[in-house]
Amino acid sequence: MEKKLALQMRGITKRFGSVLANNHVDLDVYEGEILAILGENGCGKTTLMNMIAGIYYPDEGHIYMEGREVVIRSPKDAFDHRIGMIHQHFKLVDLFTAAQNIILGMEDQGRYNLKDVNARVREIAEKYGFRLDPEKKVYDMSVSEKQTVEIIKVLYRGADVLILDEPTAVLTPQEIDRLFAVLRKMKEDGKSIIIITHKLNEVLEVSDRVAILRRGEHIATVNTADTNEAELTEMMMGQKIDLNIRRSDPVNVQPRLIINGLNLYDSERVHVLKDVSFTAYAGEILGIAGIAGSGQRELLEAIAGLQPLESGEITFRNPKKDKPVTFFHKSLRRVEELDREHAFHDPQGKEISFKGMSRKDIRKWVDSGEVLFKEDEIIDLRNKNPLEIRELGIRLSFVPEDRLGMGLVGNMDITDNMMLRSYRKGPGGLLDRKKPRALAEEIIQSLQVSTPGTATPVRRLSGGNVQKVLVGREIAFAPKVLMAAYPVRGLDINSSYTIYHLLTRQKENGVAVIFVGEDLDVLLALSDRILVMNGGRVTGLVDARSATKEEIGLMMTRTESREGGEAHE
Amino acid sequence: MNIWLDFFIDSLAFGATFIYGSTGEILTEKAGHLNLGIPGIMCMGGAGGCLVLNLIGKSGMPGFLIVLLGTLGSLAAGMLMGLIYSFLTVTLRANQNVTGLALTTFGAGLMKVLMKLTDPVVYLVGPKQLFRFPFAGRTDSLQRLGVLFFLAVAVAIAASWVLFRTRAGLNLRAVGESPATADAVGINVTRYKYAATMIGSGIAGLGGFYYIIDYMASQEAYLSIEAFGWLSIALVIFALWRPHLTILGSTVFGLLFSCSSYIANIPGVQITMAAKPILKMLPYLVTVLVLIVTSIRNKRENQPPASLGQSYFREER
Amino acid sequence: MSENREKKVREPLVHLTRRSIMSPAKAWGIRVMAVLLGLLVCGIVAFLLVDKLRQNPGRIGEFYYTFIKGSFSTPRKAWKFFKDLAILLCIALALTPAFRMRFWNTGAEGQTLMGIWGAIAVAFYWGGKIPEGLLLVLMFAASLLCGAAWGLIPALFKAKWNTNETLFTLMMNYVASYVVAYFLVVWVPSGSSNLGKLKYGKLPSLGHDYLLIILVTLLLTIGLHIYLNYSKHGYELNVVGESIRTAKYVGIGVGKVIIRTMILSGALCGLAGYLIAAGLDQTITTESVGGQGFTAIMVCWLAKFHPLGMILTAGLVTLLDHGAAQISQDFSVASDFPDVVVGIILFFVIGSEFFINYQLHFRGHEKEGSVK
Repeated sequence: MEKKLALQMRGITKRFGSVLANNHVDLDVYEGEILAILGENGCGKTTLMNMIAGIYYPDEGHIYMEGREVVIRSPKDAFDHRIGMIHQHFKLVDLFTAAQNIILGMEDQGRYNLKDVNARVREIAEKYGFRLDPEKKVYDMSVSEKQTVEIIKVLYRGADVLILDEPTAVLTPQEIDRLFAVLRKMKEDGKSIIIITHKLNEVLEVSDRVAILRRGEHIATVNTADTNEAELTEMMMGQKIDLNIRRSDPVNVQPRLIINGLNLYDSERVHVLKDVSFTAYAGEILGIAGIAGSGQRELLEAIAGLQPLESGEITFRNPKKDKPVTFFHKSLRRVEELDREHAFHDPQGKEISFKGMSRKDIRKWVDSGEVLFKEDEIIDLRNKNPLEIRELGIRLSFVPEDRLGMGLVGNMDITDNMMLRSYRKGPGGLLDRKKPRALAEEIIQSLQVSTPGTATPVRRLSGGNVQKVLVGREIAFAPKVLMAAYPVRGLDINSSYTIYHLLTRQKENGVAVIFVGEDLDVLLALSDRILVMNGGRVTGLVDARSATKEEIGLMMTRTESREGGEAHE
Repeated sequence: MNIWLDFFIDSLAFGATFIYGSTGEILTEKAGHLNLGIPGIMCMGGAGGCLVLNLIGKSGMPGFLIVLLGTLGSLAAGMLMGLIYSFLTVTLRANQNVTGLALTTFGAGLMKVLMKLTDPVVYLVGPKQLFRFPFAGRTDSLQRLGVLFFLAVAVAIAASWVLFRTRAGLNLRAVGESPATADAVGINVTRYKYAATMIGSGIAGLGGFYYIIDYMASQEAYLSIEAFGWLSIALVIFALWRPHLTILGSTVFGLLFSCSSYIANIPGVQITMAAKPILKMLPYLVTVLVLIVTSIRNKRENQPPASLGQSYFREER
Repeated sequence: MSENREKKVREPLVHLTRRSIMSPAKAWGIRVMAVLLGLLVCGIVAFLLVDKLRQNPGRIGEFYYTFIKGSFSTPRKAWKFFKDLAILLCIALALTPAFRMRFWNTGAEGQTLMGIWGAIAVAFYWGGKIPEGLLLVLMFAASLLCGAAWGLIPALFKAKWNTNETLFTLMMNYVASYVVAYFLVVWVPSGSSNLGKLKYGKLPSLGHDYLLIILVTLLLTIGLHIYLNYSKHGYELNVVGESIRTAKYVGIGVGKVIIRTMILSGALCGLAGYLIAAGLDQTITTESVGGQGFTAIMVCWLAKFHPLGMILTAGLVTLLDHGAAQISQDFSVASDFPDVVVGIILFFVIGSEFFINYQLHFRGHEKEGSVK
């Protein structure tokens, strides 16, 4: 079948500072096809497409449409050439309605009459099978609704070339099916669809051709029908990489963190966690699956002491019975406090009391290793802030989703970021930067962080190195519980595997690891058990060694759960 | 004479100064720019208009031409100040607070230098009656409402109409809420920012001119414009970023400000000298109160534009 | 846009990218250039405004010379220069902890005025009734307390309800000025609101009347440098300024830090007020601070919130101010001319930051690998 060329790129190069994002890329797009741009994170897919959409301007190279060279300096130019892009991070004004967002920027379209616009939006939605209320405000919308607004926005402007950047990342499997159906309809309509993705199964399912990018270079473009998963992987990665994550069997598991009937409302009084119960065991990785915004973030933040609970219990258990207390975990003040609660005995089982002793003598006694816990430590973490949790001697580490906005301070250097958790240590009002600097140097070495030195602001590091710094710091404090939210998001393959390896090693050290992920393949390969969440509720708990993706996908979308979090044995 | 009516009309007339100032500020804030240069801009708007009148005040031109040219002079001076601000904060992406403060220092200083070059007999004594033509010849307090008062009301209503009822207004609000979004749909962010800031500054400039030439119509009037500029910025909060509400807000401010002079005339009311500063403090305290109440209620539609104070650079990564 | 395409499409004329980093020497070079350019423009503006220059363009050299002369021609002027620098610097330093915390305190004017008020109130009521030494101590305490209170009020609302602090502190300036106006009515029975110099509550002179003020400010500069960069409190407020979420994540009590820092900021403004009241004026008017609270914001920002750098920026502003004041004397211009000069120079310095942070690529040059 004869296909007409819609768009050509020739020799496109783009640099950011010293980073070469795209290197002499050539690409052809035909009318009436779905072209997948495949490549791992950071390979320059989005940058390349941004140059067609007018967000970036190429340093070198040319773009042709219907044989004529075009210059796209701004998104406006792109629209004039009937090109529209749906960005991964939606570009919508929250305060406006769907219709207002859709007509935004269309100045030469006559009088401002929202009624007409609403009608036209409904018409387009019907044609392609979308569901959308044009008068709904964006801040009231779900992610999938927002995406619909973005797509209709582009269609409303009469785009013939549609670029979708990672459109499925935030959708449920069912929503993905619906989206693909719409895309196929648009293809039949003669439109060119470009989807940027790093998910092989989607490429194979929906595309006609695949262009593979690796490290900013165009590797090849192949017909989807003539290729397979293995071949695509090889082209994407450069060499065959064992996709398997080494997973050891958990040993000596015991309950570490018991969550019971957690309820949480956010600042806008939305019920974000509903009766969440589960137990995290020491020595295993508990994966948490769910579409974005199902309450995963709130759950971890609640455990870390960052969210005021409505109701429920968070209990930390430490099997300390007959084990000596140490100053590594407990401050002297805390030890004295525990003593007043009669928490210790000596190796003979006789109760210990520090009453009337000097601090120096107490220190000596504890250091001798003869001050033992009478019972396991069971500590209620409910409504304690991170500082109080730390002061109780509980090592709870948390790698949040928002690395530079929460876990680290972008403008501070690596040393200063190392002390975020520990700067209060030491007497007096002045800071001690010696130990943090040593720790920074150690992490840079052991995790191979590429940086000019410890005095570099973390903002200047690449995504993978930022994450290594953050995870490195959180692990350095020998945690008992390690929570990580989307720890490999935006990381290249090598850094991702470094992180998987670190998590596994922590688990082997007897840490209770909680891992929130988005890629089901990774979750299934890395975790021991997987907790599935949907709409703030626990909708399932499965054994990661036997569960399937489909099974979990179904749980991710199930609206009501019968048995809350009672699923584990 | 009805003292209550006088009091009210005087407050209305006084309030027009703030209507100009805060309508201008709202337009720039809607483009995402907190313009702390408004006091300086209002000063220069006053100076610009007065300089023009100083040139033509005794030329024997027809009255309406004098009014028109004076007003245009003021508008132009305000817009020029807006141009300086826009160039620094939009094109050069300078810090908005610091630029605004520097603009206020500059504008207030330059106005005082310029006003000393003018002759009040020329720019004020002759022209001031011309601006009061709508109620010329009346002897009651209504005569206080000059043409620039009505222009202020019209400008505020028109600004609201543009902001909330036209495509240009929709685009402008999008620029202030999320410039990246506006840019992605092909809105020329820079052009909108320049236009809103310059038009807003021109409008604000008229406030200074109105205060000198019409409301106070006195030689020393220009010395207090700067303070009213700050109050205009406060009024933006009071009006919840809606220009038409500045009419209401400015009247309230006007009432609070004028009451210290009127209260003594009310039969049966005794007022000490010491009470005057306390009464004059009221508008500021009320603004603080509004600020606190809106922050406690925290309603989405009543918040400042989301990108207020931040520069926009498309290729930010 | 459509006519553009008809004309034949072209690459954009100027294309911007963010610089990764610029050597300090080059950055300072750009700033110095900006000041020089600004001075040039000042000359042009002066030419338009100043009759004596227009009539005799040859005096332009003298015009620039006067900038330096204004500050240093006599020892008296030099002392005055350092005194004014010290007061401005002191207020700018007071703002620094707040600004580092991204709390946009525009209320230094009012906080300083309240500091002056506190000292003067104590001197007015107790002067002559208690020993001078005790009086000075009480004045000191009153200044700090009043300044701190004026800083604390907006901070409380910021901490509790995130009330916009820029506008709140701005309004507090005017409240302060009317508080002073009220007391001037109460204190001065004649109704002139002119209090006159008080007899009591004057700081001792260390050889020179201004020396103490200069020394105190110098110590404060060093102290604040240490506080911000080497203390736990300083670290906390920097974290809060960079990201409130990070601060919460590590368990820093954000509200507590905001309140503590604003008490400090307000109290230091109060200290500046004390230096003005007990060290210089011994009286008060509503204009006692004279806009330095606003100028200090610019001084603080220009130095990127670094206490040591503020010595330079405060020096620059004071130099310009004195120079321009001398010009308005020698060339008989209105006494507000310094504001115009300071404004123009600031425009250039503010604008120059752009060339430090961004790189321009012009059409035609960009193919030759402008990566650096």
